[in-house]
Amino acid sequence: MSLEEFLLEKKSAILKRWFDSILETYPSDTKQFLRTKKDRFENPVAHRISSGIEGIFSQILNDAKVEDASPFLDKVIRIRAVQDFPPSQALAFIFDLKRLVREAVVGDTREGQLSEELWRLEQKIDEMGLLALDIYTKCREEIYELRVNEVKRSVGRLIERANMICGVPEKEEDPEVCSTDNLT
Amino acid sequence: MGIWVSFFAVIALVLIPLVGAQGAGQYLFGIVIPYVAVLIFIIGFIYRVVQWGKTPVPFKIPTTGGQMKSLPWIKSNPLDNPSSTGGVIGRMALEVFAFRSLFRNTRVELREGPKVSYGSNKWLWVAALAFHYAFLVVFIKHFRLFMEPVPGFVTLLDSVDGFMEIGLPRLMMSSIVLLLAAIYLLLRRLAVPQLRYISLAADYFPLFLIIALAGSGILMKYFLRVDLTSVKELVVGLFSFRPTIPEGIGAIFYIHLFLLSVLIAYFPFSKLMHAGGVFMSPTRNMPNDNRAKRHINPWNYPVKVHTYDEYEDDFREKMKEVGLPVEKE
Amino acid sequence: MAKVAPPEELSRVDYTPPKKGWIDKPAELKEGRWCYGSKPKDHEVVGLPNPRAWSPGDEDWKLPDNWQEIFLDGLRERLDKFRTFRIFMDICVRCGACSDKCHFFIGSGDPKNMPVLRAELLRSIYRGEFTTAGKILGKVAGGRKLTYDVFKELFYYFFQCTECRRCSLFCPYGIDTAEITIIGRELLNLLGCNIDWIMGPVANCYRTGNHLGIQPHAYHSMLEFFCEEIEEITGILPEPSFNRKGAEILFITPSGDVFADPGTFTAMGYLMLFHYLEGMGLDITWSTYASEGGNFGFFTSHEMMKRLNSKMYAEAKRLGVKWILGGECGHMWRVCNQYMDTMNGPADFLEVPKSPLTGTVFENAQSHKMVHICEFTADLIKHGKLNLDPSRNDPYKVTFHDSCNTSRGMGFFEEPRYILNNICNDFHDMPINTIREQTFCCGSGSGLNTDEIMDLRMRGALPRANALQHVHDKHGVNLMSCICAIDRATLQALVDYWIPEVEVSGIHELLGNALILEGEKKRTMNLRGEEFPWVEEEEEEAAEEAALEVNLEAAEAEAEEVAAEAAEEAVEETAEETVEEAAEEEAEVEK
Repeated sequence: MSLEEFLLEKKSAILKRWFDSILETYPSDTKQFLRTKKDRFENPVAHRISSGIEGIFSQILNDAKVEDASPFLDKVIRIRAVQDFPPSQALAFIFDLKRLVREAVVGDTREGQLSEELWRLEQKIDEMGLLALDIYTKCREEIYELRVNEVKRSVGRLIERANMICGVPEKEEDPEVCSTDNLT
Repeated sequence: MGIWVSFFAVIALVLIPLVGAQGAGQYLFGIVIPYVAVLIFIIGFIYRVVQWGKTPVPFKIPTTGGQMKSLPWIKSNPLDNPSSTGGVIGRMALEVFAFRSLFRNTRVELREGPKVSYGSNKWLWVAALAFHYAFLVVFIKHFRLFMEPVPGFVTLLDSVDGFMEIGLPRLMMSSIVLLLAAIYLLLRRLAVPQLRYISLAADYFPLFLIIALAGSGILMKYFLRVDLTSVKELVVGLFSFRPTIPEGIGAIFYIHLFLLSVLIAYFPFSKLMHAGGVFMSPTRNMPNDNRAKRHINPWNYPVKVHTYDEYEDDFREKMKEVGLPVEKE
Repeated sequence: MAKVAPPEELSRVDYTPPKKGWIDKPAELKEGRWCYGSKPKDHEVVGLPNPRAWSPGDEDWKLPDNWQEIFLDGLRERLDKFRTFRIFMDICVRCGACSDKCHFFIGSGDPKNMPVLRAELLRSIYRGEFTTAGKILGKVAGGRKLTYDVFKELFYYFFQCTECRRCSLFCPYGIDTAEITIIGRELLNLLGCNIDWIMGPVANCYRTGNHLGIQPHAYHSMLEFFCEEIEEITGILPEPSFNRKGAEILFITPSGDVFADPGTFTAMGYLMLFHYLEGMGLDITWSTYASEGGNFGFFTSHEMMKRLNSKMYAEAKRLGVKWILGGECGHMWRVCNQYMDTMNGPADFLEVPKSPLTGTVFENAQSHKMVHICEFTADLIKHGKLNLDPSRNDPYKVTFHDSCNTSRGMGFFEEPRYILNNICNDFHDMPINTIREQTFCCGSGSGLNTDEIMDLRMRGALPRANALQHVHDKHGVNLMSCICAIDRATLQALVDYWIPEVEVSGIHELLGNALILEGEKKRTMNLRGEEFPWVEEEEEEAAEEAALEVNLEAAEAEAEEVAAEAAEEAVEETAEETVEEAAEEEAEVEK
């Protein structure tokens, strides 16, 4: 029996525990809301997390390239990047999977056959962790870009208009005829 | 913490008449306290309503839960966004009799896959309705204690209420429903962490009180039978302002009566005033017709504004430069 | 040396709050969740109390010594002035129906973002300081004293509420958390605690008439600039008038439409619509004095709202117009609908609005005399007054975001949808529990559209983004339209973060695309200056056609020659065939 088959068998149990362990990082009052509210529109956080981790898990099962998990990692990380978590905690959930898989394997009669593959799986999860770091950083960068862009947009046309008035001097020695004074 | 304070407070309230309603104490618990409680209730209730009533409503800010009345060919929603008094009455009736807003907790659910299903979160709505209606029925049925002859609607209610024909005396649905609904509302507060977080002693206390009240009533009716004739004599006496204390009414009756007294005396000073407040809530008792009818704010006062003249003084030259018309050249 | 926890434990820090109830523990203020403090100069312009340099991150907020007295007196005064406020303080049963309705709670999970608790923050002070039970029993009765930390907590959470009113819809007693937030902020303002993003626009708006502090000549020149752009796109130059006395209608729109993308494209849509209608008898003017539809005073205090709003009626009166037309804006319409007539009316110097083009009398606005441009436009379309080509919006698959203020402040749902269905061919609504009266906030309303709290805003925007994602995945929606200037500005950040494939627009931008102006040149681009995707194709086709024509001519000439030759040589059959071939070719080209 391969680890793949083993994980397929345990998929729903592991996913459930993975989801729960992510919820553990939220305040208890919130946890209950996230867990019980089933409507995906009224509980987008849980919806995104559960569909994200399912995607990640499937990618692992399919033995796909690590990069292919990127859209699913993004789904989860994009939320956690704006939720007051320090980076280490925002991303800890990925490494949690190692623990969960090990816990599932330990005690199983097939433990012996799986150890080799388990090691490879853990390596893959580590790689995902690195990829997650990229995604997290990208999200944070986007946030700062948004801040800059928004400020630019809020006076977007004004700047454009001002730049039009702001002409290039005819000759080099001329003073710049750039004055936006009358616009502010 | 709030829950324990409330719990022990109600336990104490049960024990007080158990100890006190003996001998002369019966006059205190059978006559004085009920009268005082009713007095507090009436004065307190009126005080609160008058206090609300005399507080002005400076702006008309109704809830708008549907399409407003606008162009004649656009279908408006007169109940969820009323523009007339009739609509307001309709909305209020839906709110008071059917708890419309709680019912709104319904929604379309899109679970995994393309299947759309209609899920809902109506438990609160069901429990709240059950609780309030059961309370109303139980309340009306108590009319037989002080009305002679017993009015027809009370008898009718009784026969409907006891349709299950279980036990002797017949088991009344209303009291069971009341008790169960109150217990559900209590458990809900305890089981949902969000709710536990927001709940105060003031939320647990009335629930414990009502559970104890209903519990003592059920005990009295089915288990620790009291002499109904004596009870009626006492109650009729209270209502006819010729109070008497007949012999031989069990302690359980005094507990029941005392809990009721506490409840009605507590009523005006608590969140139970929502019963009056719902009618006076300006977001629900006003039509959404601001643009058609001017609402008057009694304390509207003049404010300092930046006038056009001041503005033109600031910018006249610049305005003239681009050909904007000015008042003063 | 301190023992370091193993990494596994470090990563599993418990976010569960202590078992203590919320009453015992005021929140710690986290950076990134509070907005920058208001600046002293802005306080001075409008005469607000306690001008000083401060930051919510500071230990000392530089409050006056008697700050508690000022706050509590203010609270008492407002309990006596607002029945809503008093009743909302008294009757909440904490049933929890509202608890999971707030976008900030849904997105962040902070329990103090539950509407009920946000209100309880103030209610607990009311109970603790004003009610007998609260004074005696303290926190058993749910009361607490107004301490410095409690005051900071109030600031923290009242500036984490966008006053969207979604919670109030589900409340069995109609308790409106927005009104509690409004009064809460008013109390904070008594002590000079506001945020820079609100106070700046307030001060600017007071002096120059709009949020950015754009002076009249600049406002004028911006709109002229748009007109030139319109000319570039359509070949027609609109000529709007400003501050013109004797016009029939005064047009007021939020200044965001004039300066901030993508609202500017909506402003171009207005200009085109007005130009189109001017030939048919529309007589309308813009104003530089009342150049702001928005009203950040609304996020400050009732009084400040009134001071800023006064310009609308004042300008209408000065110019002698008959009625006012209002642009696409959310909180502007909340103020105009629910406050303006009461505060600054009666508008008895105006007439009941009547569309000069359709003769429709707007009975629903007969008192306050202001018409929403979507009502106005919907009426025009209904009467067939507009010549529209919706196919010009074909690159867009459109959805509509109901803005909180027009939805839960008015009930304005059908008019914009009616317009959209007439100006674009591909419209899809988002799921029913996320639109209309149940619409989710953009996460940045009520003056919270500032960049220093971008994380908070993105969290708050998640419920909206999630619903949008659904129609994006299902129907390929790539444009979210809305009728709110703050939405146009902030939804852009929302989609950039959550669904970058989607753009944001106003409705009148799309109308401008679809509207066929008389004498316009063939449009090759939309109002954003983006070429229509079919233009290139058409050009290629046209080029091919031109090439074919040349070939055809050559073929014909050849055919003639051949025919002549054939006639000469009496080989008629060949000639006929050639002519037929040419004719066929021609027919094909025509096809």
